[in-house]
Amino acid sequence: MIRVQDEDFDIGAEITRMTEGSTEIGGLASFVGLVRDYAGDEQISSMTLEHYPGMTEKQLERLEAEARERWDLQDVLIIHRYGKLDPGDRIVLVVTASPHREASLESCHFLIDWLKTKAPFWKLEEKESGADWVDARETDSVAAGRWVRVSDT
Amino acid sequence: MQILYFGWVRTRVGHGKEELSPPDDVGTVADLIDWLKGQGDGYAHAFENAAAIRAAVNQEIAPHDAEIADGDEVALFPPMTGG
Repeated sequence: MIRVQDEDFDIGAEITRMTEGSTEIGGLASFVGLVRDYAGDEQISSMTLEHYPGMTEKQLERLEAEARERWDLQDVLIIHRYGKLDPGDRIVLVVTASPHREASLESCHFLIDWLKTKAPFWKLEEKESGADWVDARETDSVAAGRWVRVSDT
Repeated sequence: MQILYFGWVRTRVGHGKEELSPPDDVGTVADLIDWLKGQGDGYAHAFENAAAIRAAVNQEIAPHDAEIADGDEVALFPPMTGG
């Protein structure tokens, strides 16, 4: 399941909802992305996430489908927030559930790597020197590239 | 044609959405970027480096040589920074 929302999420409640009554699940892997309070050597007072309504949902659904096709997963949850966030706020939650740990751990890593470069979000950081759009990082595209299969190229 | 801008493309252009009718010889995303460059200072700034621009046509990621037509929704934006 995917959700795009401006409100916060409760990690414990989300995991409880996923596992309640699903005793076939052997393990969950989760990743939580947070707003840092610095960029380089500058303090950040807030971060605003802009996204492309409509396309965002489509892309996240596609990422979920890709993870389910590659790994034996019993459940997938992706929650991505948008709007103005403060340092320490939660931005994104990825939870994957599988009978054995490899599938959930690997697919969680895959999903967060691909979210970085394939989910239509843009981040504006408010700093003392003014507002700056966050540049895509080369290391993120390298991380995403690790998951490209030979058969896809 | 509905055109959408995000991230620094939007702030440089000055708005996030507009309805435009590019001339007939604008047949691809690359043509559109090139044509937009001539639509004013904000556009010239936003599209000065075409290689830095990513695109989606009808909400699907599209390369610069993708064809576009009347009625399409075309979005132009910097590389995505999700997660």
